[in-house]
Amino acid sequence: MERAIVLAGCAIGAGLALIAGIGPGIGEGYAVGKACEAIGRQPECKGDVRSNMLLGCAIAETTGIYGFVTGLLLIFVAPGIFMGLL
Amino acid sequence: MNVEINGAQIYFTIPILGGIPITATIVNGALVTIVILALCRYLTRNLQVRAVSRRQVIAEFLVETAQKFVNENMGVNFAYYGPFVAALFSASLCSSLLSLLGMFAPTSDLSTTAAWAVMVFVLITYTKIKTGGVGGYLLGFTQPIPVLTPFNILSELATPISMAFRHFGNVVSGSVISSLVYAALAAASVALISLLSGTAVIPAVVVLLGAALLGTGIRKKKTVKKILGGIVAALGALGVLGYLGIQLDIPVLQVGIPAVLSVYFDLFSSAMQAFIFCMLTTLYIASAAETD
Repeated sequence: MERAIVLAGCAIGAGLALIAGIGPGIGEGYAVGKACEAIGRQPECKGDVRSNMLLGCAIAETTGIYGFVTGLLLIFVAPGIFMGLL
Repeated sequence: MNVEINGAQIYFTIPILGGIPITATIVNGALVTIVILALCRYLTRNLQVRAVSRRQVIAEFLVETAQKFVNENMGVNFAYYGPFVAALFSASLCSSLLSLLGMFAPTSDLSTTAAWAVMVFVLITYTKIKTGGVGGYLLGFTQPIPVLTPFNILSELATPISMAFRHFGNVVSGSVISSLVYAALAAASVALISLLSGTAVIPAVVVLLGAALLGTGIRKKKTVKKILGGIVAALGALGVLGYLGIQLDIPVLQVGIPAVLSVYFDLFSSAMQAFIFCMLTTLYIASAAETD
């Protein structure tokens, strides 16, 4: 029974952790939209805008990556540790 | 359907200091080092001032690009960081690209990226102390008001953690998603074959369709059509075999289709993360040297 509860908790936690993906999704979409606007206004800056946008997107992704790493830990590492404690 | 997602495989353990495990990360990391060293040796052999060989042009282009990148981001005063940043970039890129060969990428182990991030953190701290002295470095934590000291220390420590996790997370998320897609495609092809092998007519039609697609692909030299036609024809052929009573569970759908993912996760994402890591390294070190 305890094992089931631990596993269920880890699985639910991993699912909740991946909600963090919403933030970067919105943020990157916003960044790309703005980049498109900038390219539309000044097509000659295309290269600069694109490289800066990619850099910004990769950095904005960080919070999503935190959520993903937390999810990975909860699925692959946490059950082992908690099972050992039981 | 079984999905296996594992960390670095432990090959053997050196029985000193309580056992040092030799993992796939260490072996593949050493492999990457050897590859880069061999490449450097190969590219820089017989350097000449005149009568430049094609090899030397490539070597000069690489060195100049790296140096230009560092000069643009850090200023000429930090030009001596060029080799370090170039080494970081090539190590990161080659490590991530190992996953193209189906090997364990050293960057999909947190230890590797954490080691690089700690290295960068040491350099940042060194630059800060060199710029402002130990007193200035410690005083920097109490800016702009002393109440913020704990938050400043936290944000200082968050730098290497976020760098390590960003690189690690991007590479691992790629490998996790690819292994999930591979498993799903294997399950889908088994299901499709068993669905097709119910009758004789449908798989035969599928074989004909696939062969027609393959024929058009070969005639018009379209790689995508060739691959798709081959897959469809193979599916139909396996269906016919299944109808005749020979069950072959060959995951035909795994051919070609995951390549789309591989282009993004292995090629684009690897290059992107290597670039981001170097970019952040240069920016952090350069901003550490700013006096205000």
